Amino acid sequence: MSSPTGAEEGFNRSASRQLALYGVFAVLGFTLLMFGLNFAAGLTSTQVGGVAGAVDVENNEITAYIRQDPPQLNTTGAADAISGIVLGHIMEGLLRYDEHGDIAPGLAESWELDGNRAIFHIRDNARWSNGQPITAHDFEFAWKTTLDPATASQYAFILYAIKNAAAVNAGELPLSEAGIRALDDHTLEVVLEQPIAYFDKMVAFTTYFPINEAFFRSTNGRYAADADTMIYSGPFKLTSWVRGASLRLEKNPYYWDHDRIRLDAVNFAYITEDTNTLLNLFKDGRIVLADLTAEMLEGAMQQRWILDRFMDGSVFFIDFNHRPGRVTGNLNLRKAMQLAQDGNELVDRVIKLPGYLPAKSLFPVWLKGVERTFQEEYPPPVPEYNVALAREYLEKAKQELGLAEIPPLVMLADTSPVATISAQYYQQVFRKNLGLELVIDQQIFGQRLAKMEAGDFDIVLSGWGPDYNDPLTFGDYYASWNLNNRGRYLNPELDAQVRIGQSSLDPRERMDAFGRIQQILFDDAVFIGNYERGKLYATDPRVKGIIRRAIGAETDFTAAYIDADGR
Amino acid sequence: MWQYTLKRIFQGIITIWFIATATFVAMHSVPGDPLSSERATTPAIRANLEERYGLNKPILEQYALYIGSFLKGDFGISFTQRNRQVNDIIREHFPVSATLGILAVTFAALGGVLFGALTALYRNRLPDTIIMFLVILGISVPSFVFAALGQLLLVNINNLLGFSLLPVAGWGTVAHMLIPALVLGMSTMAYVTRLMRSSMLEIIHSDYIRTAKAKGLPAGRIFTRHELRNAILPVVTVLGPAIATITTGGFVVELVFAIPGLGRFFVQAVQQLDYTVIMGTTVFYGAFLVTMVILVDLLYGWIDPRVRVQ
Repeated sequence: MSSPTGAEEGFNRSASRQLALYGVFAVLGFTLLMFGLNFAAGLTSTQVGGVAGAVDVENNEITAYIRQDPPQLNTTGAADAISGIVLGHIMEGLLRYDEHGDIAPGLAESWELDGNRAIFHIRDNARWSNGQPITAHDFEFAWKTTLDPATASQYAFILYAIKNAAAVNAGELPLSEAGIRALDDHTLEVVLEQPIAYFDKMVAFTTYFPINEAFFRSTNGRYAADADTMIYSGPFKLTSWVRGASLRLEKNPYYWDHDRIRLDAVNFAYITEDTNTLLNLFKDGRIVLADLTAEMLEGAMQQRWILDRFMDGSVFFIDFNHRPGRVTGNLNLRKAMQLAQDGNELVDRVIKLPGYLPAKSLFPVWLKGVERTFQEEYPPPVPEYNVALAREYLEKAKQELGLAEIPPLVMLADTSPVATISAQYYQQVFRKNLGLELVIDQQIFGQRLAKMEAGDFDIVLSGWGPDYNDPLTFGDYYASWNLNNRGRYLNPELDAQVRIGQSSLDPRERMDAFGRIQQILFDDAVFIGNYERGKLYATDPRVKGIIRRAIGAETDFTAAYIDADGR
Repeated sequence: MWQYTLKRIFQGIITIWFIATATFVAMHSVPGDPLSSERATTPAIRANLEERYGLNKPILEQYALYIGSFLKGDFGISFTQRNRQVNDIIREHFPVSATLGILAVTFAALGGVLFGALTALYRNRLPDTIIMFLVILGISVPSFVFAALGQLLLVNINNLLGFSLLPVAGWGTVAHMLIPALVLGMSTMAYVTRLMRSSMLEIIHSDYIRTAKAKGLPAGRIFTRHELRNAILPVVTVLGPAIATITTGGFVVELVFAIPGLGRFFVQAVQQLDYTVIMGTTVFYGAFLVTMVILVDLLYGWIDPRVRVQ
């Protein structure tokens, strides 16, 4: 290249001046475009997206986030955790969970469980958010709608404890045959298939919430599609729902126990799963709480944030394929794998997420037993980490199976980051300690389930979360008739214990049965625990009384209040 | 010209049909379906669901029904958001993605042309070296890094100032738009800068510029009318597809800045195998992309009479 000549220099100067002018126009144009688009979108309201801070002392309201847009708020079908958080604020059933996770009266002021008959007495002052009384008919309608085959509810099975419910849902009996009847406006009678000890706990589940029939019909199939196509029975009412962006909950003045509710409004103003974003929003004072990951921990300590932790209820574990023809049906092979891994290493050294605990049992740490926690009353047997012994079992397994080498095993896993490192960890551990080859088959959630259903795996990194606060929600997982037992484990001895857990009314006898299930799963090496999922989170010091828990709404602001000088 | 336009539109329709068919086949050949959930469905519940969504019909009939309803402009109801029309999902969330996309592309085009012209003017001198270094960065660093860094920077600025200069995340006001749009447009801007620079360099050395200079045209006029206008042509070609990819590919930026755009619903749908939403959004995005490409081809003919097809 030649050095610029004088003429070229002059040309460049003139051209640069021109360019600078274009630059000014470009910035102006871009700004104008921004305002223009904003105007066109009609997004000028400041409500959306939340411009206010985390705590608004003046208006007595707080701002928080949710991870996803709630998939559906229609209680006949909603059962996911996100919808559960919102529904836990805006709806209430006959019974509810209090801040300690115990059953408390909700819209029913009292109830009687008598054999296979349950009677619920609904409060005189139970009101919908439009002022109309909530009656026993609203429950009868909601439950029968869920069971109606035309509704096609995915969660209808949670009502199957009720007499004829399964047959009604299958279309074999008319709706009127279901054992649900409003005796009068304030009395609901439920007839069960058989007496069950934990029915009161199931009744607190979202599928058991009421729906007003007249209102439901007036929405022409759009019930719960928007904030204004729903009426509310809970402490708050949904006043705005901008899909994917924000939800605003305001105190429901007709809620029977409205004196208990101290906040005037809760804004779920941000919807994202990105933990870094949430942390940034928390730092910026936009939201009242944020979950922390391992690398955020140190910073949080330095800032002296208020940290708390809770178990979200789910247990993750290795599940085996017990179908005939699978080598994993062999007890000694499973025993070898049970002994060849250290139960704490995955959580302590590999996942390293604060809040996670090693899963020692199918029955998680937070579950209640008769008086104390289940694990305190029935300490889970802990497998010793013994590679030499594991190898002996492996040899036995090879002999029994008549194999010189165990063929490579297919390990099915999700695609989440935690599932990925867990799968790689076990692949490494079993290769090193047993010389076993694992082929990792990572599938997105739905496809993983489909492959489990089809039996297309040897071992799978599986997980289970509770529906209600009773050990049975975990205890029947391996029952031979349970469709969730996708490894098709079959053990009449275990089945017998599950039946005791289902039908016995004596708490001690039931817990003993679950204790024996825990022992069987250990002896038979059916369950190798990975982790119990928990979360560490930081909260704004000005907000007190936030509840986070395994059962019911995962994050619960119904008991929260602002303490402006709290530090 | 008209004949050409019609031909392109016809080709576009074939392309969209192909996209729809390929998506349908791919979707149905992966294991699982939108009805599988963590809680195993009893045969009765599954039968009810299949009946409701028409999944119990033969696959060819389902295909025919899909294509039929597409022609009527109806994408059906989402499987996971059970009382939401796919049309509603697109109608509510695409404008957000589009707003972000238009801003990002505008930023990329304006910035790219400016910087490209600047580097060409000052070729092999300091401004050129600095800008081209940044361009390499812009092209090679993925947008989620820019997004995370941009957000972190904002938090620190806000903390330093003691008040919120710009919101860290969220959507709804002009203030929410700026940073996500810049982040999203960053790599395209870098790309356009490079393109503009090489295109300018080629033109600067061409005969007609020498002629223009020789006959004594004013420098400003040569620069604007002859150099810029000609150099911009290749940029216009990449802008059409860029609008489409930016608008459809904003998923990460939407996630980081908690923006309710369509990208999130599209990715979520694939993860949950939500058939109707996958089909709806894919076909919609496909149609959008095809339209953009056609528009750019026509625009190209308008800007440069030489490429006009007889």
